[in-house]
Amino acid sequence: MQLTHQTSTAQGTSIISTQDVNIFYGSFLAVKQINLDILRNKITAFIGPSGCGKSTLLRAFNRLNDLIVGARVDGTISYKGRNLYAPEIDPVEVRRQIGMVFQRPNPFPKSIYENIAFGARINGYRGDMDELVERSLRQAAIWDEVKDKLKQSGLSLSGGQQQRLCIARAMAVQPEVILMDEPASALDPISTLRIEDLMQELKEQYTIIIVTHNMQQASRVADMTAFFNVELTDGKRSGCLVEYDKTEQIFQNPQQQSTQEYVTGRFG
Amino acid sequence: MASPPQISSTPQSIFRPNAKHREAISKIFRIICAIGLGIGLVVLGLLLVDVFQDGFARLWQPGFFTGNASRFAQKAGLRTALLGSVWLLILLLLISVPIGVGAAVYLEEYAPKNRLSQFIEINIANLAGVPSIVYGLLGLGIFNELFGLGPTLLSGALTLSLLILPLIIVASREAIRGVPQSMREASYGLGATKWQTVSNHVLPYAIPGIVTGVIISVSRAVGETAPLIVVGAVGYLTSNPGLLRRFSALPIQIFDWISRPQAAFTNTAAAGIIVLLALLFVMNGTAIYIRNRFSTFR
Amino acid sequence: METPNPVSLSIRRERTLEKSVTRGIKEKIIALVLLGCALVSVLTTLGIILTLFEVTVEFFQEVSFAQFFLDTRWTPLFADQHFGIWPLINGTLLISAIAMLVAVPLGLAAAAYLSEYASHRLASTLRPALELLAGVPTVVYGYFALTYVTPLLRNFIPLDVFNALSSGLVMGIMIIPTVGSISLDSLRAVPSSLREAAYGLGATKMEVTTQVVFPAALSGIAASIILGISRAVGETMIVVIAAGQQPRLTLNPAEQVAAMTAYIAQVAAGDTPRGTIGYKTLFAVGSTLFLITLLLNIISYLIAQRFREVYD
Repeated sequence: MQLTHQTSTAQGTSIISTQDVNIFYGSFLAVKQINLDILRNKITAFIGPSGCGKSTLLRAFNRLNDLIVGARVDGTISYKGRNLYAPEIDPVEVRRQIGMVFQRPNPFPKSIYENIAFGARINGYRGDMDELVERSLRQAAIWDEVKDKLKQSGLSLSGGQQQRLCIARAMAVQPEVILMDEPASALDPISTLRIEDLMQELKEQYTIIIVTHNMQQASRVADMTAFFNVELTDGKRSGCLVEYDKTEQIFQNPQQQSTQEYVTGRFG
Repeated sequence: MASPPQISSTPQSIFRPNAKHREAISKIFRIICAIGLGIGLVVLGLLLVDVFQDGFARLWQPGFFTGNASRFAQKAGLRTALLGSVWLLILLLLISVPIGVGAAVYLEEYAPKNRLSQFIEINIANLAGVPSIVYGLLGLGIFNELFGLGPTLLSGALTLSLLILPLIIVASREAIRGVPQSMREASYGLGATKWQTVSNHVLPYAIPGIVTGVIISVSRAVGETAPLIVVGAVGYLTSNPGLLRRFSALPIQIFDWISRPQAAFTNTAAAGIIVLLALLFVMNGTAIYIRNRFSTFR
Repeated sequence: METPNPVSLSIRRERTLEKSVTRGIKEKIIALVLLGCALVSVLTTLGIILTLFEVTVEFFQEVSFAQFFLDTRWTPLFADQHFGIWPLINGTLLISAIAMLVAVPLGLAAAAYLSEYASHRLASTLRPALELLAGVPTVVYGYFALTYVTPLLRNFIPLDVFNALSSGLVMGIMIIPTVGSISLDSLRAVPSSLREAAYGLGATKMEVTTQVVFPAALSGIAASIILGISRAVGETMIVVIAAGQQPRLTLNPAEQVAAMTAYIAQVAAGDTPRGTIGYKTLFAVGSTLFLITLLLNIISYLIAQRFREVYD
């Protein structure tokens, strides 16, 4: 993994970095020995077969795994040089700075307006709420579609619109990093492309990490790509990081044979 | 088992499926089961018919809703009992709903998986099986005597609140458990605290279920008689009820009328029962309406 | 897309990752208040146990265990005082037995019909209808037993005006949903593969139901029956109104009897100031009642737990 560090420092400044991270569910080791640096204002894709722990790792970045009883993180995950799992760190604050978009669109069963305003309000936003709502919706490229029905339920939108609403919702609290857990897997191809375009526009202001099953998607949107795989230790399956590099490198000239096999579709 | 000569014959002969006979018995069994189900429903129907025959005419005689207790069956009215039940209903909602929903939120959203939580759960399950009259003794010992409230409306309301608390907790927990985890994740993902998540998303989402459970639980308390007898509710009350006064309630008034030897009181009691059943019918109907209305909405 | 100006990122300014003290305290207080709500139920149990026991201890300072458990008469409020609990237990058990003779077959038949025969739609209409029986206030059942069932039965058999039979029968009807609903749930929990296996061997529907489904659901059914007994033992208004107030040792359902709950209600309805022997008997009988129902509830709970393990 030395290679990883070299490449990353050459590419830009790191915002999140992990050292020897192991993630457990109870006694089950879900993810082991992860070392990687996420670069600021880049899009990083996590790819790999099911069960390789990429979502688990993603959720560890904003401490969403805390909600699962028995989940535990070993090693250090640091964000801007601070260990996210240090005792004085508040997971709530972490999530305010590291936002999340989920696999299935999950708007609140409230109005479109309230979906956006909620996060800002709990974060003590004192500015003009109407303006913030409009700006967030514009950023998420959904303003034109919803501007006349802000009072309608977020659930009244189509799946693709709901997901963009969820992205707008995440952006309204102005995080530094947005984690996206297979954000397009439940969407049609056109909605998927819209979200990919959106990500490109957002990366000027945000660092984005996206978990995806779709290799086309990773190669289209990501600057950096990390390939994870399942490894058998003592008959138990746990996820590990195989290779992490610039996206072109991963797809065109992977160093590891399993990466090569995965990106050319020979397994997974 | 079978003797050798039989085995040497065709294999079928050692079986006697007797299918026709068994099928016939099976059909009879089905009818018996249906009758078993039917008897309960028929008795319920008989009960309603009986009560209406006895009490319907009395219901419309002047003064039944506005009259106070009386020694004369024809003059006896429901006023103080109705007022008492309305008071009880309001107090029950004020006392048991916040505590019950709070406990449900704690158990579903906050409780760590430890001995204390497990103990609380078993305890609630057990409380639901304690006979209602024992709650009456609890009220008599704690609220009447220890707190010095005496046989008052407040004491009765507190007693009934404890009685329905397990029901409200169980119903509210079920409603809270129905809130999708993705809703919580979305909220936490935006940096909401636990309470912000619960108060802004979990509870609003669970409200139809909670309201349904609360109405059903409270309607059970409205029909309760035994614990109120023990804490000192009376069926012969001529003054208005007040928080710290003696009180009556619909079922208590009905019980009082049933217990009177004069035959005329039978009709008065039946009329009271009609009012009580109508009240419960409206409450439960509302609960079911809310449940159906909102479950299709989601 | 509009390019957001840098000022718009004002929330990002001066953000920390540290725990906020004020918010931490606020969240803690809320958690404690909610825990307090949950603990009310524990306090209720404690309250029940302490009040019952406190006065029961006072009771046994005046009345010996021998008087309580060995005497065969219960006349604590008469000049000739006797404190034998058995007549009250007799009344309770006699009525409960009659009730269960009604509730078990009818409840199980209803459960079998709804689970094995009725279409899903029919079952989802009939089940709530049957459960209405549990929603009728017990004072109404008392009225029904006294003014309808007893006169009806007296056309055929000689009965006291107050008697164990009609209160037991009506109580049985009341308990049908308790037995029926829980049994129904456990019948439905039996995997359909078991039924299919039996049909595959040529069994009729009745044989499948009685010889395969019922045995597989036995612990759930047993739990429902025990819970039903517990309901019967703890039921008050039916027995107060229709069974009478005379504690006696008898197995004759035509006679008047007094159940434990009926005694408590009867005495509590009069004025029994704290400190009198009447007041103390309330709690002594209450303790007995509480212990019996607690025991039944625990047994039912344990059986139901076992039943859950089987299909998890």
